[in-house]
Amino acid sequence: MDGEELTEQETALYDRQIRVWGADAQRRLSKSHILVCGMKGTVAEFCKNIVLAGVGSLTLMDDRVVTEEAWSANFLIPPDENVYGGKTIAEVCCDSLKDFNPMVRVSVEKGDLSSLDGEFYDKFDVVVVSCCSVTTKKLINEKCRKLSKRVAFYTVDCRDSCGEIFVDLQNHKYSKQKIEETIECQLQYPSFEEAISVPWRALPRKASKLYFALRVLEQFEEAEGRSPGEISIADLPAVLKLKKELCEANALNASHVTDSLLERLIIGTREFPPVCAVVGGILGQEVIKAISCKGEPLKNFFFFDVMDGKGVVEDVSNPKKESK
Amino acid sequence: MVSERQLEAIKIDMDTIEVSNLNRQFLFRQSHVGQSKAKVARDAVLKFRPQMSITAHHANVKDPKFNVEFFKQFNVVLNGLDNLDARRHVNRLCLAADVPLVESGTTGFLGQVTVHVKGKTECYECQPKPAPKTYPVCTITSTPSKFVHCIVWAKDLLFAKLFGDKNQENDLNVRSSDASSSAHAEDVFVRRKDEDIDQYGRRIYDHVFGYNIEVASSNEETWKNRNRPKPIYSADVMPENLTEQNGNVAKNCVVDTSSVSAMASLGLKNPQDTWTLLESSRIFLEALKLFFAKREKEIGNLSFDKDDQLAVEFVTAAANIRAASFGISLHSLFEAKGIAGNIVHAVATTNAIIAGLIVIEAIKVLLKDTDKYRMTYCLEHITKKMLLMPVEPYEPNKSCYVCSETPLSLEINTSRSKLRDFVEKIVKAKLGINFPLIMHGSNLLYEVGDDLDEVEVANYAANLEKVLSQLPSPVTNGTMLTVEDLQQELTCNINIKHREEFDEEKEPDGMLLSGWTQAPPAKDDKQSMNDKQSIGNGGDSSNALQTEPADAVKDGEMEEISEPSGKKRKLSEGSKASILDATDGTRNHKEVEKLDDDDDDDDDVVMFDDLDSMTNKKKRLQ
Repeated sequence: MDGEELTEQETALYDRQIRVWGADAQRRLSKSHILVCGMKGTVAEFCKNIVLAGVGSLTLMDDRVVTEEAWSANFLIPPDENVYGGKTIAEVCCDSLKDFNPMVRVSVEKGDLSSLDGEFYDKFDVVVVSCCSVTTKKLINEKCRKLSKRVAFYTVDCRDSCGEIFVDLQNHKYSKQKIEETIECQLQYPSFEEAISVPWRALPRKASKLYFALRVLEQFEEAEGRSPGEISIADLPAVLKLKKELCEANALNASHVTDSLLERLIIGTREFPPVCAVVGGILGQEVIKAISCKGEPLKNFFFFDVMDGKGVVEDVSNPKKESK
Repeated sequence: MVSERQLEAIKIDMDTIEVSNLNRQFLFRQSHVGQSKAKVARDAVLKFRPQMSITAHHANVKDPKFNVEFFKQFNVVLNGLDNLDARRHVNRLCLAADVPLVESGTTGFLGQVTVHVKGKTECYECQPKPAPKTYPVCTITSTPSKFVHCIVWAKDLLFAKLFGDKNQENDLNVRSSDASSSAHAEDVFVRRKDEDIDQYGRRIYDHVFGYNIEVASSNEETWKNRNRPKPIYSADVMPENLTEQNGNVAKNCVVDTSSVSAMASLGLKNPQDTWTLLESSRIFLEALKLFFAKREKEIGNLSFDKDDQLAVEFVTAAANIRAASFGISLHSLFEAKGIAGNIVHAVATTNAIIAGLIVIEAIKVLLKDTDKYRMTYCLEHITKKMLLMPVEPYEPNKSCYVCSETPLSLEINTSRSKLRDFVEKIVKAKLGINFPLIMHGSNLLYEVGDDLDEVEVANYAANLEKVLSQLPSPVTNGTMLTVEDLQQELTCNINIKHREEFDEEKEPDGMLLSGWTQAPPAKDDKQSMNDKQSIGNGGDSSNALQTEPADAVKDGEMEEISEPSGKKRKLSEGSKASILDATDGTRNHKEVEKLDDDDDDDDDVVMFDDLDSMTNKKKRLQ
């Protein structure tokens, strides 16, 4: 680090967290730039966390208009038409977020995510996408990977009362504490496309069922040209059919991906606020680890489900493909 | 979270907002610093859930007005407290009121949420919680081996002696061998009339770091197996005269006493830097000078406050010089402040995760989904592929004296220990009973209360000073005492066993309380979880010679409970939007409460004693 000291204001405000990750990590955070696309409840929670942590800047993208569904699970949007009327989700969230920490630059970017080029992504250290199609996820991930600088890429989505996070830190060097020592480590991450291409049969038998269920839904929405979450109980038969096909193609027993889970995820289109808090919190912590290079980041999928109460990490990567 | 109308929340918090809260307590803003947490939180929540009914109490949860009847109003109680004492208090009231309690705690990256239902699960006290760490007096006064010992000495002895209440007992000059010097010592710390401040400072310095160390060093027994400390004199460390510093004090014409700082005065800007012995010595003298020059009125009344910059500077400096003497490594102001102030490190993310988990458990409680209650642990490192680990609650511990009324045993010297010792060290400190009633059979030995007459008060005061075996109803080997707390509705029986000798170092209180054992784990894989149950629990650190560095204690900010009859509200983390469908497994086909906005109920306060009336609007999960 270039030895720039934290200001007195920063030291006072961030005292309690500096005691967790140190002044050096705090300095790195203050220089980092985050891009967030697709703002539902979970991403709102994440944004709150990252702003409180004191990142350099946060750029929001979500041109959708505010609806009742939006403010019912997104605490950054007050249920007051006088406040949100005529504004996009990103604009309203931006106003709220600025309030949380005046030292963070929060701004809005309009436009279509996938049409933006590499130069745009180069401005950021971290990109988080939510509520977008599998094609868009792959596309943005690739754009990030093409840059010479490492741009950390995350996807996060919550449906019903569960959530998923995907992490791609490419080649990540970090330090971790082992008792009194500090050890230097390194992890190699697959891209989103590489990860979801890993044959299902290669995954451990007890791998989270959510992984498979969400891939089925993703494929379905993609094939039908739906936006993420644009699905209803009427689609269930078609989804189950697709599930069967995918399981066959992957030489996996169809019962491995339970019908009841798929049904639950289809019916429950809305997010569940406490799950947003949990998943948004985990994501916040992961991003902080990536920026600070302190602490072992999760690799590469995280699942949380209220049903069993577990927060599980799955490593979905093909060992043959990883190079060192 | 839960939809407006039908839900009422009450939040209790005695604290006001501080700057250091703002990194995670996001309902608060810079402009709110100094205001009541309970009130500001309420206002903030109402902004995004205007139809909710929230009552804010800027009060201490231990206040007698929050009695069993008060607690009985609620369907669930959610704790976000920062000290063990308050947690135990609420635990007992919830047991007495038979209201489920959702407990929680966080420290850095670790956290946990636990559910306690009378008769069904362990209560909060079924598993012993680590009490705040205490150190033997001799370790602090004579044989420190860790930096924390130096901090405790600097804070609770030296600082207290110089700036605190003169009438307080102070162990500063206590030496196990030399009793004769105590009369002499009393005068040493008082600044003589018109004594030059630099001279006074150096005199104190030389006395505590030079003379006292030399005297202690001369005791052969103590140092047989330990390294002798080195006396340090100001003339050796700072040979030059400090008159050039006088100029700084004059220039430092700050009216606002809170910004007076020795570091600023000496140009030492970075709190993360570790000072040298020379720098520490300079700060020591400068801080002392500044107290007398700028804050003279406060001297004699000051108690250490971690937010008092000058006090922290002084304590850090003093601890560092002592550390240098004893061969212990010096620490930065930042580190020292954390130790002296029992600061618990905290981040927004862990708190958000735990808050979400609290809500999830609270909903299960409201839906009486007993089988689904979980103790959930937020881990820093992935264990068995998990970052969030749920565990089924244990059954109540049959030997728990709080929820199972098992008698305890106390070993004590009944001919030497007074009733007062018993009350202070056992009843209050260990059992957490602050307003006790102590009986021997049908004889009342001691009680507190507003309704006592003069004769009774005098009687009890006299009893306190009596040795146990000399009480009107003598307490000797084999006696069974009953201790009650009327507010907590707790009764505790203690079997007294007389014992002559106690180890000064291992049993400094001269008493040993025992009798309740840990509950055996229900399943094997829970054994390892036992350790995690004490994460994030607070400890009260207000007593002298007690400090709890890091781990288990939160700094004194969030003393709060939110007690919704249906809605979760954890002050520091903020409410979520609305509870949509409280989900349940479709395989169970359970009826699920859907708390909807489209009901036309207004925002009157509606209390739900009876969950069934809430579930009248049963709808299939849709």
